Amino acid sequence: MLDQDTWQEILGTIKKHKLRTGLTALGVFWGIFMLIFVLGMGKGLENGVFRDFGDRAKNIMYVWPERTSQPFQGFQPGRRPQLRLEDITAIRQNIPDVQYIAPRLSLGSVPVYYEDIGDSYEIRGELQDMIRIEALQLHQGRYINDLDIRDSRKVAVLGKRTAEVLFGEKDCIGEYIRIKGVEFRVVGIFGPMQIKPWTESDLEAIVIPLTAMYRTFGTGERVDYFVCSAAPNVLVSSIEPQVRDLLKKRHHVAPDDPQGIGGFNLEAEYQSIVNLFGGIRAFLWFVGIGTLLAGIVGVSNIMLITVKERTKEIGIRKAMGAPPRSIINMILAESIAITSLSGYLGLIAGTFVIGGINYLMMANNLEPDNFYNPQVNLTVGMGAILLLILAGAAAGFIPALQAARVNPVIALKDE
Amino acid sequence: MIRLRNIRKAYKTGYNQLEVLKGIDLDIEAGAFASIMGSSGSGKSTLLNIIGILDEYDNGDYQLDGKMIKGLSQTDAALYRNRFIGFVFQSFNLLPFKTAQENVALPLYYQKMDRKKRQDLAMEYLDMVGLADWAEHLPNQLSGGQQQRVAIARALITQPKVILADEPTGALDSKTSSEVMELFKKVNREGMTVIIVTHENDIAAMTRRIIRLRDGVIENDGTTVSSSS
Repeated sequence: MLDQDTWQEILGTIKKHKLRTGLTALGVFWGIFMLIFVLGMGKGLENGVFRDFGDRAKNIMYVWPERTSQPFQGFQPGRRPQLRLEDITAIRQNIPDVQYIAPRLSLGSVPVYYEDIGDSYEIRGELQDMIRIEALQLHQGRYINDLDIRDSRKVAVLGKRTAEVLFGEKDCIGEYIRIKGVEFRVVGIFGPMQIKPWTESDLEAIVIPLTAMYRTFGTGERVDYFVCSAAPNVLVSSIEPQVRDLLKKRHHVAPDDPQGIGGFNLEAEYQSIVNLFGGIRAFLWFVGIGTLLAGIVGVSNIMLITVKERTKEIGIRKAMGAPPRSIINMILAESIAITSLSGYLGLIAGTFVIGGINYLMMANNLEPDNFYNPQVNLTVGMGAILLLILAGAAAGFIPALQAARVNPVIALKDE
Repeated sequence: MIRLRNIRKAYKTGYNQLEVLKGIDLDIEAGAFASIMGSSGSGKSTLLNIIGILDEYDNGDYQLDGKMIKGLSQTDAALYRNRFIGFVFQSFNLLPFKTAQENVALPLYYQKMDRKKRQDLAMEYLDMVGLADWAEHLPNQLSGGQQQRVAIARALITQPKVILADEPTGALDSKTSSEVMELFKKVNREGMTVIIVTHENDIAAMTRRIIRLRDGVIENDGTTVSSSS
């Protein structure tokens, strides 16, 4: 279908009507450009929001004790149950859909010294899994591990800012700090994945094994709250009631008491944001396709005019023995050529602009809220190319049929 | 070569039927050099369209080289035109954005002949009409007579059964007219059947047979005196 003669003819007609073809092509160019641009920006918005959300947050839940509101088994309302380390073992044994459980017991404003530099910090007693659940990352060394916990080792993982304050430029791994006068060996530095107002505390905290905390500071086997993550392919909303019911039973809280054991997960919020972006994306496609459609109608229009202008030529070709199919192919090829070429340029321009915005943001360290890494993914690109070819064919369809209907007797008529 | 029996053709104009051909019987043998004459409205264009398989007829039979031409699909009609008929038009009808050579090669394109072969063949036919040096020229760079010779080369290149020429000299001055007619005579001498539609008596007189149409019937059909040339 696209042999040398076809190309020659397409080029011939395009050359004859440079301005007209150019303006028509502009319509398609703009259509694809807008489609790519709005989808890319939409993706940037989406990436920004989901980044703020944290990629793990969607399947974790928090559990904490709070004052009961109902009397139960002889207990008066208004009592605050105390979560304990055994609760964690009980959950591990009874609820297999829970993947990680990370408890936390915090002591606020504890004096901490390295040599003669010191300040007060929050000390957190934890098991090994908190860094796997919350949006935390390790900068250096290691986090606390199960051996630390088993042996109640006096080791500490410092928040990034704490490490900077206590050690400055110095390497702190292996050094000893004094917490309430007790020496702990520093094994690592951690920090939040993103610095946000609500993650500031992670920068300054000091994490030690929960067991070491119990033993060293005499807190008893208490837990302030804990974070659970659901096993893969399990909805966190399905395990939250199980965990809370189990804890209510263990702590003598009435099963229908809305208080006593508090819990929270972000799944519903996450889902509603996912849905929101689904809606936004559909809307952007709608707008983009609409713009593209206007361009395609333009091409179709111009092709109709072209066919009208070339009626005589088509008649001559038919008299020379051109079958209807070859005439249809000729018009379709021209339509597809104009559409795909201009659309392809639009695709490149759109990708270039989106890539440029991303590059400039990275280069200038711009990190506005809710916008991050705008991108055009491969599927959208491929989809757009396919769309273009279909669009070209659609635009040429009616004009091509019109051309095929030209009566060859025309060739004999003299204008 | 051409055998028409009781050909009738009518056009609908609103509620009326306008009968253009009212029963045409005509035989044109292979190698003939004939002209069809008639005033406008005599039906000669319609007859030409039917012979050229550009238009259908309502009644009768038309056989071209023994093949019945009736009720063809558009694709078959195109195929038959391509193989059997070579058209020459009053206004030459070359494609303006193609060179002389490409214009001559066009009918072979629809036979799906490969490009190199048809370009070579086109060159041969251009040489035959004396325009080999003009192969790369566009039609608007050629004179009227030259354009018509290119058109004749284009009509001949498929080695059709019949050359149908519709007022081939209508747009030419008398000197180039006679050059073009000489070319037709030469082609005819080599065995090609040539049918020329004209309203000019001196052009018709150069053919060997004149068929006169009037009001949709053949009024007169006879050989000319100057047939020997």
